[in-house]
Amino acid sequence: MIYPIVIEILQTLILLAAAPAFIGWIRMVKCWFQGRTSPGIFQPYRDIAKLFSKDVVLAENASWIFRFTPYLVFGATVLMAGIIPILSVDLPFSATADVIALVALFAIARFFTALAGMDIGTAFGGMGSSREMTIASLAEPAMLMAIFTVSLVSQSTSLSQMVQVVAHGQFILRPSLAFALLAFILITLAETGRVPVDNPATHLELTMIHEAMILEYSGRHLALIEWAGMMKLFIFAVLGIALFLPWGVAATGVLTGIPAAFLFLIVKLGFIGIVLVLIETGLAKMRIFRVPEFLGSAFLFATLGMLSYFMLE
Amino acid sequence: MTILQNIVISILEEVAIQDANQYPANVPTYQIPRERFAEIAKVMKTAGARLVAEWATDETLHPHHPLPHQGGGGRGMGFGIYACYAKDSEYLIIKTYTPLEDPTFPSLVKKFVPAYRFERQMKSLMGVVPVGHPDPRPWIKHEDWPEDAYPLRKSFDASKPIPRVAGEYRFIKAEGEGVYEIPVGPVHAGIIEPGHFRFQAVGEDIINLEEKLGYVHKGIEKRFETLSWEDGAKLAGRVSGDTTVAHALAYCRAVETMTECTPPERALWLRALMLERERIANHLGDIGAICNDVAFAFLLYQFSILKEKLLRTNLKLFAHRLMMDKIILGGVAVDISPDAKNGILTEMDWLVNEFERLVIIYDENPSLEDRVRDAGILSPDTAKGLCVVGFVARASWQPIDCRLQNPFPPYDIIVPRVAVLKSGDVHARVWVRIEEIRESIRIIREILNSLPEGEIACKFILPSPDIAGFAVVEGWRGEVVYWLQSGPRGEINRCMIRDPSSVNWIALEQAIHGNIVPDFPLCNKSFNQSYSGNDL
Repeated sequence: MIYPIVIEILQTLILLAAAPAFIGWIRMVKCWFQGRTSPGIFQPYRDIAKLFSKDVVLAENASWIFRFTPYLVFGATVLMAGIIPILSVDLPFSATADVIALVALFAIARFFTALAGMDIGTAFGGMGSSREMTIASLAEPAMLMAIFTVSLVSQSTSLSQMVQVVAHGQFILRPSLAFALLAFILITLAETGRVPVDNPATHLELTMIHEAMILEYSGRHLALIEWAGMMKLFIFAVLGIALFLPWGVAATGVLTGIPAAFLFLIVKLGFIGIVLVLIETGLAKMRIFRVPEFLGSAFLFATLGMLSYFMLE
Repeated sequence: MTILQNIVISILEEVAIQDANQYPANVPTYQIPRERFAEIAKVMKTAGARLVAEWATDETLHPHHPLPHQGGGGRGMGFGIYACYAKDSEYLIIKTYTPLEDPTFPSLVKKFVPAYRFERQMKSLMGVVPVGHPDPRPWIKHEDWPEDAYPLRKSFDASKPIPRVAGEYRFIKAEGEGVYEIPVGPVHAGIIEPGHFRFQAVGEDIINLEEKLGYVHKGIEKRFETLSWEDGAKLAGRVSGDTTVAHALAYCRAVETMTECTPPERALWLRALMLERERIANHLGDIGAICNDVAFAFLLYQFSILKEKLLRTNLKLFAHRLMMDKIILGGVAVDISPDAKNGILTEMDWLVNEFERLVIIYDENPSLEDRVRDAGILSPDTAKGLCVVGFVARASWQPIDCRLQNPFPPYDIIVPRVAVLKSGDVHARVWVRIEEIRESIRIIREILNSLPEGEIACKFILPSPDIAGFAVVEGWRGEVVYWLQSGPRGEINRCMIRDPSSVNWIALEQAIHGNIVPDFPLCNKSFNQSYSGNDL
């Protein structure tokens, strides 16, 4: 019984520690693609450390929502480490929380971030919140559709069970998963605020989506939100791995599979980082009114995946 | 080309006085009675001219010059009010007087939109009142300065601090359900100059954009009046740092028209060389920045590399990355060796290759194209009505380029081929600049291949008292205009500067109509006007 709890703790630590390195890797590869010298893979850690050492500047009219949100967002994001099979499928939490709970956790974090964006009453916060909610209302159903397609294959909404079936069951080529993967990539770009939906590196107040909501944060609050943002991207990456590339993840009760699973994880994340950079380098940010079309096509792919499951499998 | 001149003569008949003595040799200046000021604007408009600039001078301390047919209403009586018009290659200045006790003049705003800000600025800084102007708010001068503090008047002591008063600047309001206001700036999230933008929006659609500038008002025009003519060239080079060559050149050329000093041929060619290098460097940087505003950072860094290499060559050749203070009265301050000449030619070969490679990437990326096409359209009609200049004008079908229309050597021999586009969107402004880079590279090559030998500067003679000089130079943003006047003791009495930004800023307000809020930074960057050059 002690072994699954160790796995849970290990997964949480990996999420906390590796998320900044994953972002650092993406930024590093991006620098290389653009012909620049990169600040190294560890720059995000230095950024977070810097923010923690700074004072918080709080608007006079900030309510408890504004102060509470960074902790809530951070907490909700850390919780997700307990239910996604990052290293092993042997997760006791996955019995209590399935993939719908995961989407709900994202929704809670987003809901409070949007509230906090409006809390101060600046024009940018409200603008960011409104844009974020517009995108979320389209992205969330599409995401559920994509994940349900995988659920159909494994006959379960528990992530552990889904991974178990795909990774350790018989290998079958499934067109439904290909469609779901395509939808999932589009949704990941939108949900994590990457190009072509949002620009994580912009300083232009008027074009921001996610950054506009958190424009008023500083010090440790900003550090927590930034860190949670990095973890969110990491979670989407490992979720994608769990759903579509789960091979190598340790099966139930196999302790010796953990180091191998860890190596597989690093290789897969490195690969995902490069793919993400390729997308981000080759595309300009789209006009904001194109985002609904973009997420509409994500929803369409997910639906096609589900249909092809019934027709072909 | 004397179309405008003939019109003025035919309208005014005997009251038109061409004061060849005082006014610039290179541009006809007519002095007219105050009540006919707006009438001339009307005929100028009909003739298809554009308003280049409008400004006022304080001539209350000048010796009294009675004008016989007017019963003695000449200089020394009050404020001079000037309007400069242009059509094709012809420039024309109309001057009138307004007395100190009743400093009013008829507003031109109903005929020419740019007068809207010129006249507010004249009222704020000189205290001359445009009658018939719809907007009483100050411009450039901030609302927390006393209303009767007129810094450009001679009686104003610029060495003392200004007392602060409570003032309010009322923005245009939009009302209705779902209308909200977005104040942006003057402090921005990035490292850019300060300016305030007030949006009225419904959802993401912009109903109206109002600019408020003046945050970098530093009294440059007033400062000129305390400087020697030589130091003036240095200050002109600092009006807008990215346009240092064009500004210093326009200043020097204006002063040179007052002294009939002609710099040696080699100096003129070197000036053109610097002007074109400045144009290339700024265009490269801006094209990259436009791409970065739609998150296409790859091109930003690639174009930045090209720009940086040019600037480093400038440092090596001219001892300054931006070539500041290299244009002096009577010529240039630095010569280039035959080695340097070959160095630049090699650099141009390299630049052409690299640049064309990036242009292909820009041109063939559909996601980029989707953003830059049809965004921020400035229609040719609006552009004409707003009297815009520079690449903004050329992207909207207005073939205005002083290098072509008012050439000075070597542009009389090496004639630039000016690219003019019709669509007026962000892409058109980018493409005009891409074509200009190509053209500037060609001009630089031709300059270097036939650079005349000789001196690089002539001895500068001080201008005589009580005359004026005028010059226009095509900087990278567009037409830079300088009008200078010497005082009774031969000092600088007034230096009027018109950066292209002063007219082009209004065009941004118009081009943004029908766009959405998140597209504003892109549109703004495609104009990239100077705050410093506008606020003076």
